[in-house]
Amino acid sequence: MSQSRSVSGTVLSTHLGLVYAFLYVPILVLILLSFNKSGLPTAWGGVSLKWYVALAHNSAILSAALNTLIVALSATFIACVLGTFLALGIELRRKGNDKGQVVDTLLMAPMIIPDIVLAIALLSFFNLLKVGLGLHSIIISHAVFNIAFVCAVVRTRLKHFDYSILEASIDLGASWATTFRRVLLPAIFPGVLAGGLLSFTLSVDEFIIAFFNSGSGQASTTLPMQIYAMIRFGVTPEINALATLVMLVSITALLASQRLNKAPRTHE
Amino acid sequence: MRKLKGLMCLGLSVSLAIASQAASAKDMVISIWDGYMAPDALDKFKAASGVDIDKALHATNEEIMGKLMASGGEGYDVVFVSSPFAEVLHKQGLLADIDPVKVPNLKNLYPEATQLEYDPGNHFSVPYTWGTTGICYRSDKVTPAPTSWNELLNPSDALKGKVTMLATDRWMLGAAFLAKGWSVNDNDASHVAAVRDQLIATKKRILAFDDTTFYSKLASGESLMAHAWDGWCNYGTQANAAIKFVVPKEGSDLWVDTMVVLKSSKHQEEAFKFLNFMLAKENHVWVAENILYKIPNQAAMAGLSADLLKQYPNLTIAPSELLKMEQLRDLGGTTQKAYTRAVTEIMAAQN
Amino acid sequence: MPRHARKPPLFRGGRIWVMSALHADRRLSAWLLAPGFGWLLIFLVVPCILVLVYSFVERGAYGGIDWLFTWENYQRAFDPLYLGILLKSAKIAGLATLFAVLIGYPAAYAIARAPRRHQAVFLFLVMLPFWSNYLIRTYAWIVLLNREGLINRMLQLFGYSGEPISLLYTEASVVLGLVYNYIPFVILAIFSSLSRINNELWDASKDLGASGWMTFRRIILPLSVPGVAAGAVFVFVLSIGNFITADLLGGKQVQMVGNLIYSQFLTARDWPFGAALSFFLIAIMLILLFVQALVARRAEGGRA
Repeated sequence: MSQSRSVSGTVLSTHLGLVYAFLYVPILVLILLSFNKSGLPTAWGGVSLKWYVALAHNSAILSAALNTLIVALSATFIACVLGTFLALGIELRRKGNDKGQVVDTLLMAPMIIPDIVLAIALLSFFNLLKVGLGLHSIIISHAVFNIAFVCAVVRTRLKHFDYSILEASIDLGASWATTFRRVLLPAIFPGVLAGGLLSFTLSVDEFIIAFFNSGSGQASTTLPMQIYAMIRFGVTPEINALATLVMLVSITALLASQRLNKAPRTHE
Repeated sequence: MRKLKGLMCLGLSVSLAIASQAASAKDMVISIWDGYMAPDALDKFKAASGVDIDKALHATNEEIMGKLMASGGEGYDVVFVSSPFAEVLHKQGLLADIDPVKVPNLKNLYPEATQLEYDPGNHFSVPYTWGTTGICYRSDKVTPAPTSWNELLNPSDALKGKVTMLATDRWMLGAAFLAKGWSVNDNDASHVAAVRDQLIATKKRILAFDDTTFYSKLASGESLMAHAWDGWCNYGTQANAAIKFVVPKEGSDLWVDTMVVLKSSKHQEEAFKFLNFMLAKENHVWVAENILYKIPNQAAMAGLSADLLKQYPNLTIAPSELLKMEQLRDLGGTTQKAYTRAVTEIMAAQN
Repeated sequence: MPRHARKPPLFRGGRIWVMSALHADRRLSAWLLAPGFGWLLIFLVVPCILVLVYSFVERGAYGGIDWLFTWENYQRAFDPLYLGILLKSAKIAGLATLFAVLIGYPAAYAIARAPRRHQAVFLFLVMLPFWSNYLIRTYAWIVLLNREGLINRMLQLFGYSGEPISLLYTEASVVLGLVYNYIPFVILAIFSSLSRINNELWDASKDLGASGWMTFRRIILPLSVPGVAAGAVFVFVLSIGNFITADLLGGKQVQMVGNLIYSQFLTARDWPFGAALSFFLIAIMLILLFVQALVARRAEGGRA
């Protein structure tokens, strides 16, 4: 019994390893190119840090990167909160009948709408209401589709969920808030985390909605907008340098948080 | 529950506060292609005039047009767009009139640059760069040198799969129009259909449609011939001296990138100062020397070094030659829709 | 008897529904729904109604809007050219979805079976490459795939001496690009539903005599269907509207719905027609999603 477990375990681990390899091969190319002196993807000119130096002086890229971070974090925060509540609300209203398909489908709508349509729709809307554009309008726009993604992911966690444990908690005298915080949230946390990661990733890379709904000017330019504009003359390796640094910082943060979280949890 | 709601609201307002803090504190906003002006130009302008400019970027004409039309031009003061788009903005009443008194450096322009068909007298636009389109090729691998658009559209067996064409509708279709002796502003439906059929056949024999990396493909040898704008071909020459540019015998188009001022701008005075600054000889010459494009600035072009002109011969194409080419104009709704449909059909055709 | 007495579980179609008083508390669910729905109503529904209105009017002479009612846009949308593009996009998106799910499921499963404290790390590592920027990742693929690229060079290293293989500018390269960029979403979605399945369930099933495969097929797989369905929808939806991958990896020779809608809005500046095409696409997608939701619910049935 345990033998078959470990065989399948090895197969799974190998598969996961291969998937990571698939994911990271282009990243390695990207990192390598950030050190390429010649700057052309087709010709290797030797190792050089000049692109990193150029990046440090390129305030446009750096401010765009910061803006992207602000936008992505804010939109993810809004989406996680609203999306999770939405998912909870929908799931609590389900009575096991089949009418839920319509709601299921409608909640997917924000994802299906082509991004250019959403971009122009929101710009026209903001224009109609004479709302000024800026990073805030990008955040609002991103939150729209992010809510749908978070809601969908959290719902996968809520199906077949045993709500009676919440009842039990209340029977034992806990308030709603405590029940939510101590019982429900930890149970659905992997779903919220997954949804949040997904939403963050979508925002960080989203270009067209950001372009149309940004204010005009450097202060509301996000990184995808900046990079997309740069492709007219070819992407210089400064962007590769930035991407490498982003990943370096993220990995460092990850390792640091793992160190801090070493104590095993008492409840799983 | 209340505490949680409170926390939520706090988080929300904090994030919105951070975001709206990004309100622009600058005097004026321009939108331009990346790398299209000197990196220190805005600092120099600020030092000279005290006006702080915020630079926004756009990748293509179509995107900035979409944004301008959806917002009525709000938020921008000066925008860099190609001439057919300047025409459209003007027809929609979104552009301010250029006051020649406030832009005295207009005198630096070639006389030909003041009588361009889409805006004779430069009433709503100021030309910034101009040039033509042609064939960019590896002279060491392609002999004899190409002379006709047909060599691009119907590549020989030796060149099959080693040719790229421009992807933007006006130029993609333009090459085929010119090959058949028609106009680049052609609006005859049967001509458009013929051109579409030609390009569907072309698609089977080329490597790709490429607007941005075609010169590096030439430099690396992945392609041997490319449909290219003259300035872009110079980047190829920069990377590999064997790359040369030729204007086919059937003729070509004259494209112009312009600067326009929006009527909704609240800083028109500063905008004119900026236009004037960009037209000054010492500022405008940066474009020719660094972006390797021709500029319509007579005073500046006169100051180019002979070495530069020798290395990039297409910089020496005289304005009188350029004016012999057909100027790209706005086509109007029906024809533009027909062009877009033709391009869609070409792109969707099975290889 | 306590206020929230547990009601006996209901049997419905072979499935056990544990109803709780929470389900009956409509005020609670209303409060939960309000903010999300409110946001979507204001910032999604209203703007989209605006664009829907555009689809029923005419394009202005220079690309704006002429407020004259017309059915013409929808009539034009029913053109074989556009339907053909829609089908091709669906095919490419479908292939991308299939591969993404096939590759992503075992990966998500492996992560879900890993110790809890490592799961977050694995997930972050899955998402990390996608914080680099879509364009440069795609350019990195071009570097790998093109004729002078690394893959061809590797082949030559291993003795291959023919013409360099053209790996780029084909439908296959577009599918590859789509799978690459969207596989993390599949992994996340499937992980989300798999992670509920704890080891006790595995062990209990084994103790009862089921083999690993049977446990998987009868218990794990049905429980993971919501995640698979969600992940598949994500990839399909994101792929079908994608235009950058088709442009860069397809050499603009693969025309997808995303490119089509872009060209209508931006190049032709024909917002009414672009809007009509978009809503046509949205309607089809909603129908497909509805069917998918039906199928997913059946599959969740857990019928032995």
